[in-house]
Amino acid sequence: MTQISVRVDGASYTDDVEPRTLLVHYLREHLGKVGTVVGCDTSNCGACTVHLDGEAVKSCTVLAVQADGSEVTTIEGISGGDGAQDGSLHPMQKAFHEMHGLQCGYCTPGMIMASIDLVADNPDPSEHEVREGIEGNLCRCTGYQNIVRAVQQAAAEMRGSAPAAPDTLGAQA
Amino acid sequence: MIPAPFDYVRPATVDEALRALADGGEDAKILAGGQSLIPVMRLRLAAPSVVVDLTRVAELRGVREDGDALVIGAMTTHSDVVSDPLIAQHAPLIAQATETVADRQVRHRGTFGGALAHADPAGDLPAVALALDAEFVIAGPAGRRTVPAREFFVDYLTTALAEDEILVEIRVPKLAGQWGMHYEKFNRVAQAWSIVAVAAAVRREDGHIAEARIGLTNMGPTPLRATATEQALAGVAAGADAIAGAAAHAAEGTAPSDDLNAKADYREHLARVLTRRAVAAAAGLPA
Repeated sequence: MTQISVRVDGASYTDDVEPRTLLVHYLREHLGKVGTVVGCDTSNCGACTVHLDGEAVKSCTVLAVQADGSEVTTIEGISGGDGAQDGSLHPMQKAFHEMHGLQCGYCTPGMIMASIDLVADNPDPSEHEVREGIEGNLCRCTGYQNIVRAVQQAAAEMRGSAPAAPDTLGAQA
Repeated sequence: MIPAPFDYVRPATVDEALRALADGGEDAKILAGGQSLIPVMRLRLAAPSVVVDLTRVAELRGVREDGDALVIGAMTTHSDVVSDPLIAQHAPLIAQATETVADRQVRHRGTFGGALAHADPAGDLPAVALALDAEFVIAGPAGRRTVPAREFFVDYLTTALAEDEILVEIRVPKLAGQWGMHYEKFNRVAQAWSIVAVAAAVRREDGHIAEARIGLTNMGPTPLRATATEQALAGVAAGADAIAGAAAHAAEGTAPSDDLNAKADYREHLARVLTRRAVAAAAGLPA
């Protein structure tokens, strides 16, 4: 066992872990952060994407011991306020909701974490740049169309310009 | 899937890392960015008894100039390579190829030296290093040695690195004169490995191609130079016909594999087409 100290979503943890423990398993099984999911288990699908010291990584392809001394942000740590239930969603979460950027929702945590990372680097991505930027995240439901719209709408809100009015997609409740 | 158990060592210097490797014996494995090693450990295709993680060895990161060479630390991440101003200035081919590696999450962790030491024939960076005549600085128990790219890549997933050695940095000669560069990659879906790719650097002089250096990705167990094409290009007027004629030789001397992605003869076809496009783009002509 190896002792690690990690900050996850703003809280500090010190734990003994086996070196072979993957970061995603540490988050889910030790810390109960089950918002981060395991999709493919082969580094392809990106469902397990979290931020490690501010950069998007696939948490199935990082060892928990490698996160020692680091700051991890998961999908559970991006909304405003403690466990906010009240609509203070991160702009990227809000845009995925408004633009219906999901169907089954399994890829969504990773999509949102990868998209926040993309927009941090490129605040005004074109459609092509969004598609390239989330190439490490697979969605088997949507065909990506509304995901791309969501990322562009969130990017507009995050850089402070008026968000594009949501299209009437007929998909929202 | 979870890797088999192993002991984990996280040295802070190259010397500590060398000692950890020596202590770990033949089952010790170096972890660079982990984007190839961790997946194969999860699949239990690799089960090292000791993993030596180089992530915290600060001296292995970063890009600097040293006279006529650009020096890239082996643990410099792909993301840092893509945004590095010195690489953009002196070896844009490296940044262009690195941008096509996997996806942004993998590029945040994966490293330049790790990808070269892994030496996957479908990896993009070995052919680039070969085309640019890079040199590999290797640290071992007896000190440091420098190996040219032509001798570094030995066979499929096999390099000149011994089990007790560490790749420290890669020296890329700065190119003098009017060079253009282009990486042309063919794959079927986003984030996939190259089926075939071509790295081209071309020096133009008075409307002629004075010199061309062409590296081929995935045309054999190691990266290769398209030597016959390079020779055919030397001194020709920079035009579409001359480039197409020279590119017709691109598959000579190669030994591509047959696999699920492509048959060998299709790879040979791709090598010719992609070489034509890469050289034309590097020479500043429409593809």
